Amino acid sequence: MSFLAVEDLVVRHGLLQAVRGVTFSVGRGETLALVGANGAGKTTLLRAIAGAHLPSAGRVMLDGADLTGVPSHRRVAMGIALVPEGRKLFVRMSVEENLLLGKTAGRPGDWSVDKVLEMFPNLKPRRHARTGHLSGGEQQATAIGRALMSNPDVLLLDEVSLGLSPLIVDRVYAALQGLINSGTTIILVEQDLNRALSVSDKVICMLEGRVALAADSRSVSRDEVTKAYFGLHRQKAEPA
Amino acid sequence: MSNQIIQGVLLGGYYALIACGLSFMFSVMRIINLAHGSLAVLSAYALWWLASRFHIPPFAGLLIVLPLMAAIGWALQRFLLERSARGGALLPILTTFGLAIVIDNMLFEQFGADTRSLAPFIGSLSYDSWEWPGSIYVGKLAVIIFLIAVALLGGLQLFLSRTGLGRAIRATSEDPDTSGLVGVDARRANAVAAAIAMVTVGLAGAFLGMRATFDPYAGAPQLLFAFEAAVIGGAGSLWGTLIGGIVLALAQTLGAQVHPQGFLIGGHAAFLIVLFVRLSMSGFSLRGLLHRPSRSAS
Repeated sequence: MSFLAVEDLVVRHGLLQAVRGVTFSVGRGETLALVGANGAGKTTLLRAIAGAHLPSAGRVMLDGADLTGVPSHRRVAMGIALVPEGRKLFVRMSVEENLLLGKTAGRPGDWSVDKVLEMFPNLKPRRHARTGHLSGGEQQATAIGRALMSNPDVLLLDEVSLGLSPLIVDRVYAALQGLINSGTTIILVEQDLNRALSVSDKVICMLEGRVALAADSRSVSRDEVTKAYFGLHRQKAEPA
Repeated sequence: MSNQIIQGVLLGGYYALIACGLSFMFSVMRIINLAHGSLAVLSAYALWWLASRFHIPPFAGLLIVLPLMAAIGWALQRFLLERSARGGALLPILTTFGLAIVIDNMLFEQFGADTRSLAPFIGSLSYDSWEWPGSIYVGKLAVIIFLIAVALLGGLQLFLSRTGLGRAIRATSEDPDTSGLVGVDARRANAVAAAIAMVTVGLAGAFLGMRATFDPYAGAPQLLFAFEAAVIGGAGSLWGTLIGGIVLALAQTLGAQVHPQGFLIGGHAAFLIVLFVRLSMSGFSLRGLLHRPSRSAS
């Protein structure tokens, strides 16, 4: 039973084909980890699902509805929220203003500024500070909180641990665990393979814009993922 | 001397009022609208036409003209500026320059070269004054314009900082791509911003017509004063625009004091001095002129 489905998706940046015919689906409440080297197309794929890039071929389906031509702001209203790579906060606005912007789409739900501050207590004293002056961990918490404020059904997380100290990463993932348990569908890009495998149900390894490996996170071995990551699985398929 | 200062400050209120829309459009949409003055004159003509043809007093006429200006702003953004902005930063400037020429000549064709004013339609308000302590006489209209300018700039500031729509407009101006990803309809936010800017332009045109005269080609000098006030105040800051307007007016008043013909020269000199100081502080790069001095990056 797929909730979010991507079918033969092709996304181009000018002449560069960043995503080349990717197909996968995620069930409601599942957590999918996307891994792969830099330039494998993970960020482009997430942004295409969120509507920031329009695909040149293929479809994105949410709960049976075709999203392919829908602009990003309407996808937020339909329940897809992206925590972008590099956080992309509005640096001239305060934490509270950034969070309130997440509410623009007006989806019903129980996320509020206070609830986000409860989830990330480190933001409490910074509520009225400009986000340009925050630490990396505080910025990341604000970016996640802003996405949650739209009460999403599907949360897309692009490298939330990038540039954060291990201690802060633990704290962010502890907060995410609560979301995963609450039944939010999550697709996350994560460079730390152990962490990616431990939080997810399914894992997809991308290589040069294609799916190199799609597997169950519980049963897949680290070795298999590593091979797919470096493209070694292709040679293995040939007879030695 | 205190008389000149008070009159200068009040005149500054008028300059702030005409600069308000220009500054708002630049700060929010990054568009320098060279049709700004012509659009203000268009609004003045609309009010004059309503008053002379249908005997609708200008203040009542605003109830008709301001919504019209908002509609013009919306349409301008949707059909003209949005498209031209895709062609780079320079294209909207050229587009609005062309638009100014079109408006000026259309007004000339419709209304001829006669100089008009809204003063005959507002009764004694155009020349009435109050006596302030120290036997200083201030024009009632000048005080009203100043108060409206302050209220308008304050209201816009509150709107941008306190309302959801204002936040959406600011977010769009900072990063349109990400604002879409958090659920803001960037096209709508920009169209609303353009409509608001045109409402302020409509108001400015009304007071231009009440305090002075105008003709079809009166837009260019208005644009010049608005531009100078906006740049002196630091393009993009609303309260700065008020300060900029006052500085410009005081410089003009001072210039007139020095020499009877020094009115305009004083204003231009103040503008050039501020420009030079800004340029030298930003290491003589044009980028520093247009962008706000303190822009924190993540």
